Amino acid sequence: MNKKHESLLRRDSVQTLLASLVCVLGGLIVGYLVLLIIEPSGAFEAIVAVMKSFLRYPGALKMKYFGQVLVRTAPLLMCALSVLFAYKVGMFNIGAAGQYCAGACAALYAALAWHLPWYVCLILGMAAGALLGMLAGLLRTLFNVNVVISGIMLNWITLYLTNLVLGTVKSPSSPFTKSLQSTNPGALMPSLGLGKLFNNEKSVTIAIPLAVIMAIVVWVVLNKTKFGYELKATGSNYNAARYCGMKENRNIILTMVIAGALAGLGAGLLYLTGIEDWETTISSVPGMGFNGIAVAFLGGLSPIGSILSAFFIQYITTGGGNVDLQVYCSQISSLISALIIYLCAFVAFFKFFIQTRLRKADERKAAKAAQIQEGGEEK
Amino acid sequence: MTLLIQYTLIFASVLMLVALGGCFAERSGVINIGLEGIMVIGALGGALVLKFLPASVGAPVMVLATVVVSALFGLIFSLLLAVAAINFKADQTITGTAMNMLATAAATVAVKAMNTAASGGNDVSSDIAYTHTKDLLLVRIGGFEFNWFMVVAVLCLIAAYVALYKTRFGLRLRACGEHPQAADSVGINVYKMRYAGVLISGLLGGLGGIVYITAGVSVWKFENGVAGFGFLALAVMIFGAWHPLKIALAALLFGFCRALGNVYSGFGFLLAMNIPSVVYNMLPYIISLIVLAFTSKKSRAPKAEGIPYDKGSR
Repeated sequence: MNKKHESLLRRDSVQTLLASLVCVLGGLIVGYLVLLIIEPSGAFEAIVAVMKSFLRYPGALKMKYFGQVLVRTAPLLMCALSVLFAYKVGMFNIGAAGQYCAGACAALYAALAWHLPWYVCLILGMAAGALLGMLAGLLRTLFNVNVVISGIMLNWITLYLTNLVLGTVKSPSSPFTKSLQSTNPGALMPSLGLGKLFNNEKSVTIAIPLAVIMAIVVWVVLNKTKFGYELKATGSNYNAARYCGMKENRNIILTMVIAGALAGLGAGLLYLTGIEDWETTISSVPGMGFNGIAVAFLGGLSPIGSILSAFFIQYITTGGGNVDLQVYCSQISSLISALIIYLCAFVAFFKFFIQTRLRKADERKAAKAAQIQEGGEEK
Repeated sequence: MTLLIQYTLIFASVLMLVALGGCFAERSGVINIGLEGIMVIGALGGALVLKFLPASVGAPVMVLATVVVSALFGLIFSLLLAVAAINFKADQTITGTAMNMLATAAATVAVKAMNTAASGGNDVSSDIAYTHTKDLLLVRIGGFEFNWFMVVAVLCLIAAYVALYKTRFGLRLRACGEHPQAADSVGINVYKMRYAGVLISGLLGGLGGIVYITAGVSVWKFENGVAGFGFLALAVMIFGAWHPLKIALAALLFGFCRALGNVYSGFGFLLAMNIPSVVYNMLPYIISLIVLAFTSKKSRAPKAEGIPYDKGSR
């Protein structure tokens, strides 16, 4: 029994899962402490409300909100895939937020101004994200500009550009873009009966399975193909990859194109469901891309792990709206997810800690065994 | 025209302070992407002083208290980066990104909780107003509004230059950013130096935060963070080649671009060109991207930045 437990602990994936759980627990505990500081009397109730998220609603309503959480999980997962794909090739794609903006811009503009069907809008959104990713990749390979810095700059440029472009298709009475439902229903992604499972929630569409399929595709590409292997090799040692005859610059640009496309697609998967419209007056880059970073790291940088962590982060974020707004505020969930990413930075250390403990235990056991053997020889 | 100069100077002060902060951290070998978050927390500290200290204390006390508290807030917040990056050898980019998200979320939660409690649940905004005390920070000479913070910024610039290039401490700090193993081998405590670098960046970043939110406005909505200024400061730092004096010049250039966005409507010919205002908002970022493209080929970045120092791998 004990032996089985130990060998389980030795597996990398188990260690990652354990580390992620510790991060989540840490985030929740600090979140709870913050609630306690604000107002001790209702704090426990509030943290439970956050953690119960949509589960606290009765029957039919529960399914409806469950559906909405899933709808928002899809783009979050795509942003996480974008971040982790680039990270595997040694680049920190903080530009996912901007690529997400670009995707939203292209998809919504194509839908509202040109009245194109949903699949074309989706592809255009993807292309816009890819273009932005390519720009970052080119800046990196041609001019040696760090992708983190160029990504940050492009995030803001894209945000303002998106506001400018989508400002031309906004509804006259509000800062939001016109609704797809009334302007161009053909741009709404088809539900294929999926909505029926969630109490006829209209926003539940094929976007959700599509995101999961993309996660699997990313996993296959990274782990099972020569292309993925080359990319990872470029990431771990640029010069060695070059020495082996890999086209290292092409690989970097391609990676950023793919990462950008994933984030751009994510935006399409959200905005083409009609669940929300773009607000053309926002003055900060949407958090989706940054949350993608949280999701990717919480998921142990694995596409499959990201599916779980994306759902979890979205679950908690939705739960934030449950707190008593007369006393607390919904940003408590952003605080919790920010804390979780901060703790994720310690994952490497945490795994190192487990490994050291295991090694020490091994050494002790070996020493004991040696002692027994020695004792035996003496006899 | 005076308005343009005024805004240029104040924005340049912000960028210079924060970029100098980034410079200290990176020169010691730690990348500080979290400057944006440090600014938010520093701004929060300063805004609280401006809100709660009565205007009757007089200008010198007010300026001093604001400076000290916001710098202290920034410093404490930067400990998050120092502990993670130096003691736990965590990835500095992730830590910094997390700090940015954390700062905005924490400041929003804190301010909202404060407002909610003070108003009994009627006011759930994330605003702090400091209308009555803001005037104490200003000195009017003719039609020109000087800000005491500009003086603070210039003092910080001089201090930063002297500290980095004219003292033993500066030499040691820079050594830790270039070749920590070599520095360690001659008896410099790399961890201590990196702590110093990060904490100084927190101090200057926090200071930059309060200068930014008092530039022009007298109410700040903390939900919005500091709108990317921390990131712009990073660009200023890179453009300034990690050197205080060049950073000052870069800050002036970027400050000018940013100021244009605020006051372009006052210029007939700019207004006549009918450029949407978002273009002016984009301008500093576009320019920094172009500038980076031309200057990054032969980067002057500290060689060991971003690499956690491990004593065992010497």
